[in-house]
Formats: sequence, C-alpha cells, structure tokens
Amino acid sequence: MAVTLNRALDALTGWLVGSIGDDAACGYALAAILQAGMLLNLVAISGLVFIWLERKIAGRIQDRLGPTRTGGRFGWLQTIADGLKLLCKEDLMPGKADWLLFRLAPYIGLAASLSAFLALPFSGMPHPFVAQRLDVAVFFVLAVLGLEVFSVILAGYSSASKWSLFGAMREAAQVVSYEVPLGLCAVTPVMLAGSMDLVTIGDAQQGGFWNWYLLHSPFAFITFGVYFTCATASVNRAPFDLAEAESELVGGFHTEYSGLRWSLFFLAEYGSMMLVSLLAAILFLGGWHGVLPLGLGSGGWLEALLGTGIGGYLGALLGLVLLLTKGLLLVIFMMWARWSLPRLRIDQVMTTCLKYCTPIAAVCFLGATLWQASLPNGLLLRPYNAELLRAQAAGPVATPPADVLIVDTAGGRP
Amino acid sequence: MIWHSFFFALFAALACGFALAVVLTSNVVRMAFYLVLSLSATAGLYFLAGADFVGSMQLMIYVGGTLVLLIFGVMLTAQEEFIRISTRPAEVALAAMVGLALLILLSSAAFRVPAWRGDTPAERSLALTPQTVGPIAMALLGLRVDQAPPTADSPPNDRPGYVLIFEIISVHLLVVLVGAAYLARGRIGANSLVRQDPSQPASDLDDLADADPSGSELLEASQTLDSPAETGA
Repeated sequence: MAVTLNRALDALTGWLVGSIGDDAACGYALAAILQAGMLLNLVAISGLVFIWLERKIAGRIQDRLGPTRTGGRFGWLQTIADGLKLLCKEDLMPGKADWLLFRLAPYIGLAASLSAFLALPFSGMPHPFVAQRLDVAVFFVLAVLGLEVFSVILAGYSSASKWSLFGAMREAAQVVSYEVPLGLCAVTPVMLAGSMDLVTIGDAQQGGFWNWYLLHSPFAFITFGVYFTCATASVNRAPFDLAEAESELVGGFHTEYSGLRWSLFFLAEYGSMMLVSLLAAILFLGGWHGVLPLGLGSGGWLEALLGTGIGGYLGALLGLVLLLTKGLLLVIFMMWARWSLPRLRIDQVMTTCLKYCTPIAAVCFLGATLWQASLPNGLLLRPYNAELLRAQAAGPVATPPADVLIVDTAGGRP
Repeated sequence: MIWHSFFFALFAALACGFALAVVLTSNVVRMAFYLVLSLSATAGLYFLAGADFVGSMQLMIYVGGTLVLLIFGVMLTAQEEFIRISTRPAEVALAAMVGLALLILLSSAAFRVPAWRGDTPAERSLALTPQTVGPIAMALLGLRVDQAPPTADSPPNDRPGYVLIFEIISVHLLVVLVGAAYLARGRIGANSLVRQDPSQPASDLDDLADADPSGSELLEASQTLDSPAETGA
C-alpha cells in the first residue's frame, strides 16, 4: 500500500517537489495513518452499533422494547446520547488512588484491543486487506489479546477500593486460566492449514461451507464450541463477567471510574468481542469466503469478467462484507448468551476451564490430528485443494503422475 | 533508512527509560508496570527487526509472565505498610556491582562480534551472509555445525557443544521449581495454623501478607516460579 501511495504522490506532486521514490517515508507514514485510522474507526463504530444492539437484544429477550425514543422509532441515536452524557460527566478519582495507574489503565486495555486488529486480515489473496501481514498472525493476536487483562488488574489495584481489587483478582485468575484452552483450540485450524498466517488459514477454507474447518471433523466442531466458550470468558463477557459482577461487587474493577475513562473500558471490551468473533470466523467459519462457491472470489467468473484488478478488488470487498457479517452474527450470539445464562460463581468458572475446557480441547486436538492423518480427503466431500484444481484445469499434460498426486493429498492442504 | 533509525531510537529509549524506572521506583506494582512497558518496547524492537515470531514470543512469555509478578505485587501491597520497598545502601552497592559487571561483559562481547565491526572485506562479507539461530540450537544438542568436522588427528571430544551445560541448567531449574513448590506448601501449613485461632479473621489476601511480614520471600518465590515457566514455554 505504501508503494502505491508513493506512486500516487509522485504522480500528483512530482512536478512540484521533485520525484518521490517507491520507498519514501511519506508513503509509509500515510499508509500507517490510513490503516490505523480505518481500524480505529472499525472498533469505534462497531462499539457504537454493538451498544445499541446489546440494549435492543436485551430488551427483546426480556420481553420489552429497549430504546425507542432517542432518534426515531428504534432508538438509533441512543449510543450517541449516552456518549454525550459520558463526555459531560465529571472525571472522578478516589483520594487514595494511585493517580498514574488509575489514569493509564483504560488506555492500556484499548491499546491492546486495537493493536490485535493490526494482524487481522479482512480478505484473502490476491488482495489481502490486512494492516500488517504476519507469518505468525494467530500467535500475535492471541499474545496481544492476553495483554488486555493488565488494564483490569491495574484499574482494580489503583482504585484503592476493595470491590475493585476483588474484581481484578478474579479477572486475573480467569484470564490466566482461560488462555490455555483458547490457545489449544486455535492450534487445530493452524494444524489443518499448516500455517499460522491468517490469510492462508482463511483461504484454505474456500469453496463452500463443507470446506470450513468447523465441519472438518466432529472434533473440530467441538473445538469451535470450546473456543467460543473460552473466547467469551477471555473477553470478560457474561456469563463469565465476574470481574464486574454488579450484583456482588458494585461494579467490579470499574467501580471507581466515571465518564470517558469508564466508557473506554467498554470500547475495549466491545473491540475485543469483535476481535475474537472475527478470529473465530477466520479460523473455523471460512473467513471471507461465502457459504456456497459462487465464483466471486479469486479465480471465479467475476475476475474473468472484470480482470484481476477491479474484479479481484470487488471480490475482496465482498469478502470483507462477508467476514464482518459472520463476526456480527457471532457477537449477537454472545449477546444472546449474556442475556440468557446466569452468571457463574468463581469456582464454577475455574472448574469449567480446568476440568472441562482444557481436557476437551486437548482431546479434540488429538482427534482432529488423527482424523486429518487418516482421512486427508474428508469423509463425504473432497476438501478444497488449490494445487489439485489448478492441475485439473491445466489439463492432462500438467497433471502429475498418480503416485505423486496421492503423496500431495496425503500431506494435507497447502 | 532514517525511518528505521527513528523507530529504533524510540523503542530503545523507551526500553531503557522504563528499565531505569523499574530500578528507581519503590512501589512494587508500579515497578511491575514499568517492567511490562520496558519488555513491550523490546518486543517493538523485535518487530522492527522483522522478527515477528520472537516479538510475539516476547509479548506472550515475558510481558505475559510479568502478569504473575504484578498479581503478587498487588497481593503484597494490598495492605498499607508494604506499599513501599526500601532498599538498603549495601543492596544498592551489590546490585550496582553485578549490573556493571554484566554491562562490561555484554558490551565487550558485542563489540567483538566480527560481523558487526566489518574491518576487513572478509568480515564484511560475513556480515552480509544470513545468520540463523540453527547452529546455536544444534550446539545445544551437542553438534557444532558451525565448526569444521573432526578429522582423524584431532583430539577426541574437542567440540563437545553445550549439551552438558544445557542439562545442568535444566536440572537447576527443576530444583528451583521443586524448591518453590516446597516453600509454597510450607506457607500454606503456617497459614492453616494461624487460621485455627478463631479470634483472628482471615481472608485470602491477609493470609498471603501475614505469612511473611517482610513480603520479600513471597516475591522471590514468585520470581523463581516465573523462570521455569518461561524456559518451559
């Protein structure tokens, strides 16, 4: 992107300031600002929508209407009104609080939540919409997501309130435990795709919903369930929201916060909800690929009609919409769970993690490995294999001999 | 490229500045927080060098591992009297000595790397060849692939690698782990004795602080507990 921007700048202002090279600093700075700005907007706007959606869904589940007044019949502007109210609130700090940590804590959570989006792709090859494509994107996202707990612990400690401290210690115990099964579940798609690159993992599932890793094997199906449970717990959502448990701890870790700092915690929470949902969509639900192979992606009729440039970009944009839709549906599922299930006790939370999620995830990982080793071609439908399809399209001359073909499929997907 | 130099200077200054802040602060939780920032800046340096995996590892293990330290800090300073750690002058002198010795050792080693000096053309060409950590890993297994293969007249076992040292470190870490577990068990025993006295109310946080009035031993235990986990991962 930086090179493209540099060329555009060169074409626009080259006559004025002299020629701009392909790797000039201004293109990189502009690309960084653009990409960071887009990700920031994604988090902020999805937060805006989710807060409204959460109220509507909560209302519907509890047999009431939710917001109806502010901004029309469906209360579209409710979040904006809330935001204005929070902006005008006084920013209070307890007298015995550790002022530095108290002020910094909300920003740490938001920064961790935002920087995890840097490695998250929104469409696949040949136009991967990703701010920074990493070879170890899965690992990076999980590592950065784990840092969000610092904000809760620091907020709880620095508030000088026992309710905050209780909430923080619960959160610490919960997040440290749930990272183990979360990592184990994320390993299964990594193993199936043979790569930690999220673009590769998403593209390995193209060609219809039967190629999604969710339906790869019964083990992968259970793994998705465990992943989603652990993801809900690691982003501190109900029924695992013990850190804020308003019926016992007043407000948990954010008891002493008010105004904009308080809302930053929630922006971070909704941001990480979106993040783990998008990650689940890429790892298990085919990412930016559609439910049926309609040929809109790379190598389909859209590219043949409009060329790989425009057609490919249109396909990538469609993939972006598809991925965001899948993420949105998963977030709605999280909200549904929040308003349907009662909050767990702390010992139940730890039991769920250590006695159920971790062993189930480990067994499912083993099962998925054995399944892939014994049935590399799937049970009913052949899995997508780019090399095989290309070889078939190229005709009998390019098709490798039969024994090579067997070795190629046995080695798993590219 | 000036862009790289700018970010290198930025991250290096952040890492060094927060490392100094760790040493100069007396509040345990703030110390741990500065340590988090310093280690994160180091991860930034790794990302800048294009070592994404090492950078993510740094975030996952070192920054994440500091979390445990932070939790212990919070537990220890939940009571007012332990909120500051005072350092005696003798401890400062000892720490300065160790730190200075380590600094001299590391800087002399860094300035002796031939690929970074580039005096002669041969050394400069050595700097251009990509160097990986593969030979180090092989040396840890006892194979010195970076040296010439043994000939018939070379003395036996002249290149043993680092396998013995590696094993000694592993056993040492195991001993530390067992020792930490023993210390923790011992503390639980002491706590159960305290708890039998019905006149004393006991919450979990109080127990941890009561068991060791100086608070330093528990912190040490947490640090030693941290290190095997890091090497294990």
